[in-house]
Amino acid sequence: MTTRLSARGLVRRFPGVLALGGVDLDAEPGEVVALVGENGAGKSTLLKCLAGLEQPDEGSMTYEGGVWAPRSTAEAASGGVALVHQELCLAENLSAAENIGLGREPRRGWMPLVDRQALRERAAHALERVGATFGPDVKVERLAAGQRQLVEIAKGVDQDARVLILDEPTSSLTSKETARLFELVHQLRADGITVLYVSHRLTEILELADRAFVLRDGRNAGHLTRDELSREAMVRMMVGRDLAAPAARAEAGGAPRAPVLELRELVTDAFPAAAVDLQVRPGELVGLAGLVGAGRTELLETVFGLRAPVSGEVRVEGQPERFRGPRDAAGAGLALVPEDRKLQGLLLEEGVRVNTALATLDRRLRRGLVDQAAERAVAAAQVDRLGVRTSGIEQEVQTLSGGNQQKVVVGRWLAAEPTILLMDEPTRGVDVGAREELYLLLERLASEGLAVLFASSDMEELLRLSDRVVVLHDGQITGTLDRSVATEEAVMELATGGGSRVEGATT
Amino acid sequence: MTESGSASAARSDASSRLAGWGKVLGIFGLLVAIVVTTGAMNPRFFGAENLENVLQRTALFGIIGIGAAFPIVTAGIDLSIGSVIALVATSLPLLLDAGVPAGAAVVVVLLLAAGLGVIHGLLITRLGLQPFVVTLCGLLVYRGVARYIVDDQTMGFGSNHDGLRSLATGRPFSIGALDVPAPALVLVAVAVLAAVFLGRSVWGRWMLALGRNPVAARYAGVPVERVTILAYVICSLLAGVGGVLFALDVNSVQPASMGNFYELYAIAAAVLGGCSLRGGEGSILGVVLGAAVMRLLYNSIVLLGIPSQLEFAIVGGVLLLGAIADEVVRRLAEARRARERARARTERTT
Repeated sequence: MTTRLSARGLVRRFPGVLALGGVDLDAEPGEVVALVGENGAGKSTLLKCLAGLEQPDEGSMTYEGGVWAPRSTAEAASGGVALVHQELCLAENLSAAENIGLGREPRRGWMPLVDRQALRERAAHALERVGATFGPDVKVERLAAGQRQLVEIAKGVDQDARVLILDEPTSSLTSKETARLFELVHQLRADGITVLYVSHRLTEILELADRAFVLRDGRNAGHLTRDELSREAMVRMMVGRDLAAPAARAEAGGAPRAPVLELRELVTDAFPAAAVDLQVRPGELVGLAGLVGAGRTELLETVFGLRAPVSGEVRVEGQPERFRGPRDAAGAGLALVPEDRKLQGLLLEEGVRVNTALATLDRRLRRGLVDQAAERAVAAAQVDRLGVRTSGIEQEVQTLSGGNQQKVVVGRWLAAEPTILLMDEPTRGVDVGAREELYLLLERLASEGLAVLFASSDMEELLRLSDRVVVLHDGQITGTLDRSVATEEAVMELATGGGSRVEGATT
Repeated sequence: MTESGSASAARSDASSRLAGWGKVLGIFGLLVAIVVTTGAMNPRFFGAENLENVLQRTALFGIIGIGAAFPIVTAGIDLSIGSVIALVATSLPLLLDAGVPAGAAVVVVLLLAAGLGVIHGLLITRLGLQPFVVTLCGLLVYRGVARYIVDDQTMGFGSNHDGLRSLATGRPFSIGALDVPAPALVLVAVAVLAAVFLGRSVWGRWMLALGRNPVAARYAGVPVERVTILAYVICSLLAGVGGVLFALDVNSVQPASMGNFYELYAIAAAVLGGCSLRGGEGSILGVVLGAAVMRLLYNSIVLLGIPSQLEFAIVGGVLLLGAIADEVVRRLAEARRARERARARTERTT
């Protein structure tokens, strides 16, 4: 039996990042191969290379014994490797059949007309194979997430895929839909199809996988056969043995102060079934850990008034607050440095001054108008305080480096003199030097009494900064780890929905 | 920061402040060129009567052009200006005929116009409709209503309202032989208020910010919805002011044609004056100059004996050239920024 799909020494570089640093993978016919790793371990890039979305810079791939180098998803799919995206990529305005046949519609003879009858029959057959209970004519916009996924998988089946790649297939499915998907995966395996299965949810992998490849930092961290598969083994490999010890930071002295921010059974619209209780005290740095989609951003945005809470309460200095928008939140002393600074943070074509002043324009008035001298002074003061490297306060922020851009957004909010600073991925896209500067700044601000609640996917960052790490999974706090007991393994265990066995965790 | 650093910082601040004036200077240069050429080819151009006429028309179109600039600054558009003018211009004589005192009638029609702006703003922000669609519907609806309420009859003020009409036809003072038209004073007042509002008030600054990036503005605590609504209110209100003045000026309001295409003149003046339809950019002085260029072009077509059928073609051609010049300047600036970035990188590594 030839190996169905294999990769040897795949390397893929992005500017400043080595996404894959020589990865190997093998998959045989009729088996479910799991791919496991932390955020940013290289799973997605590997899948994209296999499915033709990215081309590796080095290394080789083989498929059914021949060279495999697809230049596009269409080429990969016609060869027999189909990728089912995490975010389903379907045309919602078209029917299931039209989506299944998209780009490969049967023609009526030589004419540029779609043979609708043939398309319907083909689609109906594919949908039947994946166990869909709906017909080929239903519009995709009327289908639930699980059903849409079936359309995607049917698309792969229709192309006679021999390798089906499922990237986080259950992230938007209900538990019932997940159970049905598992049945389907078992059936596809029985039909001799190879399923590459990627999931953050280790329980799913334990249930489905014949074996697992673990990736870490773009490299193979290990390989586990069915007999060796266990949650502990996977977490150990994902995290690596050589854990960087977090730099020691002085414990905040004195008696604990009353919390300045308090969430009481706060329910966000993203996870209507999960209530969050959380307190942050002045001078405390609290890290929100969790995997992609665990609800960290939604939680921060709900606290800041960008999303209306489903229920529950946000209390600031003991007072219950009802923020109708970020403006109310800012007025109560909150600040949010958002995740995507280009989209949510900056006016890219404007200068440092305009960007810095934006959140506090109405606080510096002179005879009812913006006090321009004060505006310049505030911008200059923040540039100095944060060490923004710029040729002047009028330099357009799009010409600044990522770290300096981030400092501008931070400066905007420090100018508002908040008592609570919320940060979403404080150092995403920030280079190492500027990252350290931001850490020192946050620690200094905390020592001056600021309460900081930040979400991060960067484990080192979480352990370095946090007095406490609060771990979210599916919108729910699965555990809180004090600095003394917060380890990478413990956080991963909680983030992947384990948790019961974590030493020192309080829930 | 080192000394050379702060020196170069000062230089860069000054140069970027100048860059903001670039577009205004460009349009001013165009204006001077038209004045000089037309004046050289036909000395009648500098006659007091002709200049007075150009000033009068510039004032009227300048006012609605300033209005049009506000939605454009928010990256929106208002296509209903011409029909708001028609509705105001027919309602005003109707109210006067019904015996409403002149002052009250003007206030009522201006409130009506502002109210239409509120409706536009609410439909755009609360329902999330596209500005183009909302105001296109406004263009159609108000035209229809304007024609219906006066049964398509031509409306005028007769000779009973000369006091009111002097708002548009009065010549309060003279500079040499030139009698300055009253609307020019209205334009100056509107322009000063608008410029201070846009550049110096919190609300104006918020408007510019949300035009650049509405998401970032919202995250920074800008009341995005209210500011957007305000932009449409200002636009419709100034269209109302324009409608009152246009009606008083012509004294013969034909409901089917009054204000036709005026939204396009207003938008053209704003764009020519440096407003980007991408939002976030605009200078009131530029818009006034833009309106002046449009009227001057029309004037020179008449004075130079160019077939008047070519009017639109010439105005369109100038607008296109302006857009092309703007794009070329933008690309040059981009290239300069890329060089700056590269330099900053090398400075950081050394």
